[in-house]
Amino acid sequence: MTDRDYFKGKPRTDVNPVRILTFKIDGRDVTAREDETILTVARQNGIFIPTLCHLDGLSERGACRLCMVEVKGSDKLFPACVTLPRQDMEVMTDSPRLNEYRKKILELLFSERNHVCSVCVSNGHCELQDLAVTLGMSHVRYEYLYPRHTIDASHDRFSVDHNRCVLCLRCIRVCDEVEGAHTWDVMGRGILCKVITDLNQPWGTSETCTGCGKCVHVCPTGALSEKGKSVSEMSKRRQFLPYLEMMRRESRK
Amino acid sequence: MNHTRVATVWLDGCSGCHMSLLDLDERVLDLADRIELVYSPLVDSKEFPEDVSITLVEGAVSTSDDAEKIRLIRERTTLLVSLGDCAVTANIPAMRNRFSVEAVLERAYVHNAAIGGQVPGIEVPRLLKRSRPVHEFVDVDRFLPGCPPPPEAIFNLMSELLDGRPTGSSIITRFGA
Amino acid sequence: MTLTFEDLQGIARIEEDRQEGFRHRIHVCVAAGCLSCQSGLIKDTLEKEVSRRGWENWCNVKGVGCLGLCAAGPLISIQPDGTYYQGVQVSDVSDVLDSLGGEPLSRLDCSGQLPFFQRQKKIVLENCGLIDPERIEEYIGRAGYEALYNAVRLMTPGEVIDEVSAGGLRGRGGAGFPTGLKWTTVFKAVNGTKFVVCNADEGDPGAFMDRSVLESDPHRVIEGMAIAGYAVGAAHGFVYVRAEYPLAVKRLRTAIAHAERFGVLGNNIFNTKFSFKVEVRLGAGAFVCGEETALIASIEGRLGRPRPRPPYPAEFGLWGYPTLINNVETLANIPSIIRRGGSWYSGIGSESSKGTKVFALAGRVNNTGLIEVPMGTTLRDIVFDIGGGIPGDARFKAVQTGGPSGGCIPEQYLDLPIDYESLAEIGSIMGSGGMIVMDEGSCMVDVAKFFMEFCMSESCGKCVPCRVGTTQIYNLLCRISSGTAEPNDPARLEDLCDVVKRTSLCGLGQTAPNPVMSTLRYFGEEYRQHIEDKTCPAGVCQVGGVGEV
Repeated sequence: MTDRDYFKGKPRTDVNPVRILTFKIDGRDVTAREDETILTVARQNGIFIPTLCHLDGLSERGACRLCMVEVKGSDKLFPACVTLPRQDMEVMTDSPRLNEYRKKILELLFSERNHVCSVCVSNGHCELQDLAVTLGMSHVRYEYLYPRHTIDASHDRFSVDHNRCVLCLRCIRVCDEVEGAHTWDVMGRGILCKVITDLNQPWGTSETCTGCGKCVHVCPTGALSEKGKSVSEMSKRRQFLPYLEMMRRESRK
Repeated sequence: MNHTRVATVWLDGCSGCHMSLLDLDERVLDLADRIELVYSPLVDSKEFPEDVSITLVEGAVSTSDDAEKIRLIRERTTLLVSLGDCAVTANIPAMRNRFSVEAVLERAYVHNAAIGGQVPGIEVPRLLKRSRPVHEFVDVDRFLPGCPPPPEAIFNLMSELLDGRPTGSSIITRFGA
Repeated sequence: MTLTFEDLQGIARIEEDRQEGFRHRIHVCVAAGCLSCQSGLIKDTLEKEVSRRGWENWCNVKGVGCLGLCAAGPLISIQPDGTYYQGVQVSDVSDVLDSLGGEPLSRLDCSGQLPFFQRQKKIVLENCGLIDPERIEEYIGRAGYEALYNAVRLMTPGEVIDEVSAGGLRGRGGAGFPTGLKWTTVFKAVNGTKFVVCNADEGDPGAFMDRSVLESDPHRVIEGMAIAGYAVGAAHGFVYVRAEYPLAVKRLRTAIAHAERFGVLGNNIFNTKFSFKVEVRLGAGAFVCGEETALIASIEGRLGRPRPRPPYPAEFGLWGYPTLINNVETLANIPSIIRRGGSWYSGIGSESSKGTKVFALAGRVNNTGLIEVPMGTTLRDIVFDIGGGIPGDARFKAVQTGGPSGGCIPEQYLDLPIDYESLAEIGSIMGSGGMIVMDEGSCMVDVAKFFMEFCMSESCGKCVPCRVGTTQIYNLLCRISSGTAEPNDPARLEDLCDVVKRTSLCGLGQTAPNPVMSTLRYFGEEYRQHIEDKTCPAGVCQVGGVGEV
C-alpha cells in the first residue's frame, strides 16, 4: 500500500475501525466518517472551498494549497483536501486571512507561466480563470516570470502547451490511476518542473499513450487540448471520472 | 452640474478596450452628461492635462515613451484605472517577453518585410526589454480585466466611480473575457 | 555465530591489551576533510617509516575518524600523550617519529589550542579520533555493543523507550521532536511489520556532522539503530545516506558487514528472538529527500517528493508500515543513553534541551571543525573560546545556524544559551548543526540570496508557494543586491516570505524564508543601504547595476 492508496479514501482499518464523528464547518454541525476529508464533507454540505489540484476520482496531492482552511485553536492552516476531521473540530473555510492567502497563491500561479487568457483555447472554460473571478483576484501583484516554454503538437489529436500548465499533475494521475498507462510524469525540480510523456519524448512518438484523451479532459487549463480547437473552443468534460470510479467499484464486488 | 474630468489613454494595446467603451451605445450619452473628456485618442488634445479625476488606461507599458507617459499621467490623475487585460496583465504585448528585443525587431521589420527590411532607428520609441502591466510602473487604483472588458463592466465601473459608490460589487468580467 | 556478553568482553579485553601493547599510538585523521589534504599519504608514509625503523611492536599507526579541528588538517594525535599535531606534511614524518617519547614538535604542536579540545563534551563523538572506524574490535573495545546487549537481554522494549524518554533526548535532525515520544508512537502501532530508518541525507550547506559521525564511528549509529529496532519492534533498518558521501557509505557498508559477521546484526542477536538487518540506500542528492516523507518515497523507489502529513511515518511510513525515522546524531546518542542511563543524560544540557549537540563550525572563525558541546552553551563560548574568534581580529557580525532553514543571529544574542527554544525565539532554528560564522566582510543580503537560491533550486516543485514563491523571493533579492530595487521591496519580501512560510506543504518551504526574514529583522539597515543608497557596506554585491528597462 502506498500513500496514494491511503488518500483514495480507503478506510484506515490498520489504525482502528471507521467511526462517525461530528464537527463544525463554518459554524454548521456536520457529520463525517473519520476517513473522509474536510473537503469532501464541506462539498457534501454545499460549503465552497476553492481547489485546483483536487479532482473527484483522482488521488489527493495537497499541492496547490488553495483549499487551506483554519481550525479553531490552531494558528496553522490546513489543506482541506488531505486533512481528516476530528471530533468537535471547528473548521473555518472563509476569512479575510484565508482569502488573502488564496489570492496570493493564485497570483503566484498566474505569474509562473504565460497565461494569456485572451488567446487561449480554454478561454471561458478554464478553472484557473474561474478561480480568479471567484476569489476576486483583479491583478497579479508579483512580477511575471515569463519563462520560455514549448508546445508539443506531435500527437495526432492532442497538443500540450506548457505555457498554460499549472503543474496540478491531474494528467499524470488520471493516466496512471484510471487509464493505467502512466504515460505522463514530471521531470525537473522546483520552478523547472515540467510534465512529460514517456521519458521526455515527443507525445506523438509515445509508445505507452493509448490516446484515450483523459488527460486532456481533466486538465484544468488550456495546457492540454484537442487539436483543431481554436480560442475559447476547448471545453472539457469530466463526468466520466466518477462514473469510471463507480463502475470499477461495482465490478470488484 | 459639475462635470468630472475624465481621460482615456491608449498605450500598447489594440484599441479594443476603447471600442468596447464606444459599444456602450446610447448609454454613452448618459456618461457624456456627467463627464468632460479632457484627453483621449477619441478627442483632439495633444497634451495630457493637469487635474484629471479619472483616467482609464488601455494597453501595456512597452516602450520608453509609454513609461514616461504613464508616470506623467499618474502625477496628474486622482484615480487611475487599468482598463483591460493589456493594462492589467500585459497580455498579448507581453508574449514577446520571452524573446530578446533584438530578435523581436528583426522578426517584425526584417524577416517579415516584403522588400529591404530595416529596423527603425530614432523615429520610433525604444522598446523596453519587457512589456509590462501598468501597475509595475505606477500605483493603480482600480483594475478592470477583460479582453476587452464588456461594455456593461465599463459602464458599471464608471457609474460606481462617478456616484462615489464602492466598486467591483458585481463581477461581470474576467481575464480574457 | 551468536555472541554472548562474555564474548563481547573478551573481544574488548583483547583489543585493550593490543592497544596497551603499543608504547606510542599515532592516530592519523582519515575523515574526508583531512583525507582531502593527503592524510592518507601521511599515514602510509608513517607506517612505512615505522616498519623501516623496525618499531612495529611498540609503535602503532592507524587511521581514525575526525579529530575535530578540520581547519588545521591534516591532523594527527599521539596517544597516550594526548599531543595534537596540525598541518602535518609527508616531510614531517621522520621528525614526528624522532620526537616520540620526548618533547612534542613545537612547530606542529597545536595541543595549546586547549579551549577547542577542553571546552567540548563528547558523547556522540566520544570515539571520534580514537578508534579505527573500519575495525569493529576497536568499537567493542570502547564498550561498543554493550548497550545493545543490555537492551535486548536485560530490558523490555518499554524499558528501553522509558530510558530514552527519561534522557530527554530530542531529534537532532533539527526539529527537536522528543525521541522517546516518537519511539512510543511506533512501538504502539499495531501493524506487525515496522521499519527503522536512519536519516543521513545531510544536505545543509556547511554542515558535516552526520558525515563525520558515519566516517568516524559508524558502529555507534548501527548500534543505535538496532536498539531502536528492538524498542519499537522492527526487524529491518535502512540508512538513507547521500551518494555524495562515498567515504561514509564505504565505512558504513564495512561496518554493517563486520557487525553481521560478529552477530550484532542479523538473526537472534545475543541469543534472543530479536533479529535486525540494516541496508544502505543512497540518495541522489536532492535536499528535499531529507524531509521524511520524501525520504520514504525515495527509498520506495518513487519520486523524492514530500506528501502532506498526517499521516506521520510513525503510523504510515515505508510501504505503508509504521516507520521510525531518526537522524544520525539522534541514533548515535542512543548507545550512551542505554549504557549510562537516562538520568545521566538528562543531567547534561539545559532545562528544555538535554544532552549535547554536535556543530559543524565553519566560516570566518579560526578553528573551523567539528565540535560537540552541552546544550545551553552560549554562542560566545562556541565562537570565541572553542572557535578561537574571528581571523585577523575582524569584527563579528552574525552566526547562521540551521542552514537554509535557519536564520542569522546578530551580535546582541551572543550570550544566548543555545537550545531548541531559544534559537526559535530569535527567528532561527537549531537545525542539524551547521554553524557558519560571518564577519563584517559578509553582506547579509548576499547571504540571504545565497540560501534562497539554494532553496529555490532544491524546491521539489510540488506545492505552489514553495515552487513559485522561492523564485519570486530570489528575484527580489537579486534586484536588491544589484541596486535596482524599489523602496517597498522589503515589504514585498516580507509578504512573500509570509505566504511561503504559512502555506507551503513541507518543512523545506515552511522554513525557506527564515534566512531572509531574520536578516530583514536584524540587518534591515543593510537592505535599506542597498536599495536607497545603492551601496553594499560589505563590498560584496555589485550594486549600481542597470535596471531591467
